Amino acid sequence: MDNSEKNKRSYSVRMRTFAVIGILMSMACLMTFGAGFTLVEKAAMAPSEIPVKDSVASVEAFKEVYSVLMSPRCMNCHPSGNIPLQGEDSHLHAMLPKRGLDGKGVYSMKCTNCHQPVNTPGLNTPPGNPDWHLPPADMKMVFQGRSAYELAKQLLDPKQNGNKNLKKLIEHADDGLVKAGWNPGEGRKLPPLTHAQFKKAWITWLTTGAYAPKDK
Amino acid sequence: MITLNINKKTHRVDADPNTPLLWVLRDIIGLVGTKYGCGVAQCGACVVHLDGEAVRSCVTKISRAQGKKVVTIEGLSETNSHPLQKAWLDLDVSQCGYCQAGQIMSAAVLLRENKNPSEQDIDDAMAGNICRCGTYLRIREAIQLAAKDQKNG
Repeated sequence: MDNSEKNKRSYSVRMRTFAVIGILMSMACLMTFGAGFTLVEKAAMAPSEIPVKDSVASVEAFKEVYSVLMSPRCMNCHPSGNIPLQGEDSHLHAMLPKRGLDGKGVYSMKCTNCHQPVNTPGLNTPPGNPDWHLPPADMKMVFQGRSAYELAKQLLDPKQNGNKNLKKLIEHADDGLVKAGWNPGEGRKLPPLTHAQFKKAWITWLTTGAYAPKDK
Repeated sequence: MITLNINKKTHRVDADPNTPLLWVLRDIIGLVGTKYGCGVAQCGACVVHLDGEAVRSCVTKISRAQGKKVVTIEGLSETNSHPLQKAWLDLDVSQCGYCQAGQIMSAAVLLRENKNPSEQDIDDAMAGNICRCGTYLRIREAIQLAAKDQKNG
């Protein structure tokens, strides 16, 4: 074997080694940081922000999230039927307003005919928000009756969550109508956590792997 | 001062922007066809149209009505000839009459959006308008009659 042939073989072995190391490093990165973020999303994060999967922390966080989502302030507008719910006991909304195709009611029974852009003053008067509505008929996003496992899975499924990816889900914690749950008007109980506590639990759940708790 | 467009007329009103539209209609402008029922959007007696939607004027602040078109029962037609008004008379729908302005204004939105409403559509649209005299069956019949009239006319 002459020198040039030896050099060629040595170069080829080195290239293959680099390729294998490269693949292994990529896999290691994906496994370490694989909490559901795309590479682009991760690239935008500071190293300390990149989450690590943690099923225990994730499930614990979702228990807190679930306690809020199943409270009347959230669940009342995520009914299993086509009529919103009302009150601390989540009974059917008086007057039986219907969801309609877009979630904004039907005919003379549209949500914003009574629900103003702000809360109406007085005890148990209609709460308000400029964006008041139910989820639309083609994506009902039902909370009522869902177990923690079912709801967690549903929240992560873009076909059932309003086409939201992880980034959009995280942003949704600050949605105006979500936050309206913490400004319910006179005579209504607040959700069991503050909005800050809810948001922290929501983000923790999502960024530690978004594990769904097992049903008992 | 707040400028309001009511029944195609411009009114300049000296009132707090948080004043309910119903108060301005009845007490300042003098359009008393729209009635006060419950004051908390539960009965439908105060329904008027705001840019075509059947809002409850007892909880709608005049600040929300600014720059929009308000139509009250007095402005539904110029000669009381809206198909619903004619049907209401033909079938003697009203008993005490207190809720009827709100009933007609709600029904008008239904007929605009659905030219041929089924009984279920009528119930869905009118579920928020309460009648203490219980004229519901005549209201439903009158809406069906008005729908036919609208189709033929």
